[in-house]
Amino acid sequence: MAGIVGYGAYVPRHRIKVEEIAKVWGTDAESYKRGLMLKEKSVPAPDQDTITMSVEAARNAVKRAGIDPVLIEAVYVGSESHPYAVKPSGTVVSEAVGTTRNIHCADFEFACKAGSEAMFICIGLVEGGAVRYGLAIGADTSQGAPGDALEYSAAAGAAAFIFGKEDGVARVLHTHTFMTDTPDFWRREYEYYPRHGGRFTGEQAYFRHITTAASQMMEKAKMKPQDFTYAVFHQPNGKFPMKVGEMLGFKREQMEAGWLSPTLGNTYSGSSPMGLTAILDVAKPGEKILMTSFGSGAGSDGFIFEVTKQIDKVRDVAPKTREQLDNKTYIEYGVYAKFRGKIRKAV
Amino acid sequence: MFPSRYWREIPQRYRLEAAKCTGCGKVSFPPRSKCPKCGGVEFDEARLPEKGVVKTFTIIRVAPSQFVEQAPYAVGIVELEGGVKITAQIVDCPLEDIKIGQKVRIEFRRLQEDGCSGVICYGYKCVPAL
Repeated sequence: MAGIVGYGAYVPRHRIKVEEIAKVWGTDAESYKRGLMLKEKSVPAPDQDTITMSVEAARNAVKRAGIDPVLIEAVYVGSESHPYAVKPSGTVVSEAVGTTRNIHCADFEFACKAGSEAMFICIGLVEGGAVRYGLAIGADTSQGAPGDALEYSAAAGAAAFIFGKEDGVARVLHTHTFMTDTPDFWRREYEYYPRHGGRFTGEQAYFRHITTAASQMMEKAKMKPQDFTYAVFHQPNGKFPMKVGEMLGFKREQMEAGWLSPTLGNTYSGSSPMGLTAILDVAKPGEKILMTSFGSGAGSDGFIFEVTKQIDKVRDVAPKTREQLDNKTYIEYGVYAKFRGKIRKAV
Repeated sequence: MFPSRYWREIPQRYRLEAAKCTGCGKVSFPPRSKCPKCGGVEFDEARLPEKGVVKTFTIIRVAPSQFVEQAPYAVGIVELEGGVKITAQIVDCPLEDIKIGQKVRIEFRRLQEDGCSGVICYGYKCVPAL
């Protein structure tokens, strides 16, 4: 099997609190904070996008991998906020990181599971011997329409993983996937903001796909929730990942290390991959991790990892995910609206 | 920025690639075709470090047309480890908090874009060191 040779995350510096958004739209901040377990979310600066955050996360992954980036032979960027409609994000990332030019490159899209798709494919290419190292990235600067429930959670961040044939910091023990055609969340061509099916996004979409993928994977691996030290699920808000974990039989303490959404928000394609980076920042050799993503449309990718001794040598080589999360500057709604292009300066 | 000019500058803007004179060892950034110290024309590729110190800076309030939306913003001269000085925007920091002697590091950012339909130019900026 393949292994994660290096990993890295990137969290933008700016944050907006739920109260600040609720104040503008006249809603009850406490109901969002209690109901969705959200306190604040990350906000990208005007000069940040999926490409810039992908480069920073990938550079952190290269530092931890300790490899010459020219050995990376595949780069996949998963996002639903690629800056260009036509022109790959991966070409910029590849040049900025300094990979070989004999590299296979593609941008992926599958709502919030585009990042785990990139991971899934890199694992397959490495295991099949087609590439020596593959770089998989999940990153997003997603937008919620002004006043929509998504505006309280749509955040920005990136996670990057370099997979190789060696065990690295975590061996890949199992993978699994589950998908159906479920129209729970979408964005049509030329539309700026996505739309969603309200409550339909819960039971039939998020909970069904994650519980099915994770339980089928555990059955295939002959493992139970108590065999894992950590579990991380897609985090559209603070509440859903804890609820889906409990439905599967996981305990709160197994999920807390990777549970970033209460103070990060939903980083879409970066969500569960960033949770995995936060777990790797604290995990010990021999511990097992279950990760299950979710992408609307809809599907889930599952992974089981076993942490190796290498983790203790590399985790301090790059900024840890929660250190970045704690390094923050709060902004008001007006600045947020400017940063996100909701208002433009007259020129 | 015209796409071909942006394309030519990718190595220095994306990866801080400099030219180290094989004759006298002077590192030039951006790379030059003739060494300003010894006149040599042979160079090795050198990658500049990511950390540095603000030597001086100014606040741009009346910006060139492609930077109008960013104004006011800070542009500084930053001395990177090893002594090479670069000119870069200093971001992610309130303008009043920027100080000479402040430690900064390089981050990859959008530099400018040619309207809503043109090419997006990426490169380095400086942010406060963690």
